Amino acid sequence: MAEVQPSLREQFDSPAQQREASRLGIWAFLATEVMFFGGLFVGYIVYRHSFPHAFAAASRHTNLLYGTLNTAILLTSSLTMALAVHAGEHGARKQIVKNLLLTILLAAAFLVVKGFEYSEDIHEHLVPGPSFFAGGDPRQELFFYFYWAMTGLHALHVIIGIGILSTIASLAARGRYNAAYYTPLEVAGLYWHFVDIVWIYLFPLLYLIGRHL
Amino acid sequence: MNASATSQKSLWKVWAALLTLLALTWLAARFNLGLWNTVIALVISGMKMTLVILFFMQVRYSSRLIWIFACAGFIWWMIFVSLAMTDYLTRREVVPYQRQSPNTPAQGAPARRE
Repeated sequence: MAEVQPSLREQFDSPAQQREASRLGIWAFLATEVMFFGGLFVGYIVYRHSFPHAFAAASRHTNLLYGTLNTAILLTSSLTMALAVHAGEHGARKQIVKNLLLTILLAAAFLVVKGFEYSEDIHEHLVPGPSFFAGGDPRQELFFYFYWAMTGLHALHVIIGIGILSTIASLAARGRYNAAYYTPLEVAGLYWHFVDIVWIYLFPLLYLIGRHL
Repeated sequence: MNASATSQKSLWKVWAALLTLLALTWLAARFNLGLWNTVIALVISGMKMTLVILFFMQVRYSSRLIWIFACAGFIWWMIFVSLAMTDYLTRREVVPYQRQSPNTPAQGAPARRE
């Protein structure tokens, strides 16, 4: 205890306790995020239960290639994020920064693909409203309300994630983290994996349900 | 203090498993399996989520308190969805949205009972 530990705040007894508190904090935040997205998921379930055929028919208009590609991109970005945290455990600064930059690059790639997809969606009149394609079938329109709201909210989380990861990457590059203290890196990683998990569910619900028809 | 819980090799293995599951769910969606399409897609998503939570998010190597926090949101969501669906699944008839037309009376009337 006599040793000076600059990263240890005075309200904590030990670095381990401090780390545990931070991790509990981010998990509590992620629980609120589960409820945040959870409302949309429950809404989707209720209306898909009411209009199963319209939802399946509408989902066929989404672009499966873009959706699958983006799933693979996000899953891979989760890998590079986990590798960055793994490097953090060893205090390997270069590896942290390299893997964080890869994660940011993949996140940006996700947004680019999503952008192409959105522009195609707009072109194909998949936006609910007066120009909606299916002669204004309100049940198919409902599917696309969920599509835009859920993917839009998810994309917002990806954008915020890029901001967080860039901050952490620049701090890591300046040597702020070492094997004894890399909690912010770990916490940012937990957030990023959560964003990945949301997409893991969005992909089958929005892209896959009508494919066999 | 920070004994590394996961090896780099195991992280790559988890990634390979995730991409395999993605290929499986993509493939399964192309066949008409009726209700099983949804079941298979959701089971595979559940497996992917579990892999990410246990290994990438390191919950497998975390304290029991973290386990409780990690489960809390999902358990609460299960209650949410169960209570919502007990309503929707037990209603005898849900009147779908109808376009406004002079012949349809009472727009948005409550569910008709036979």
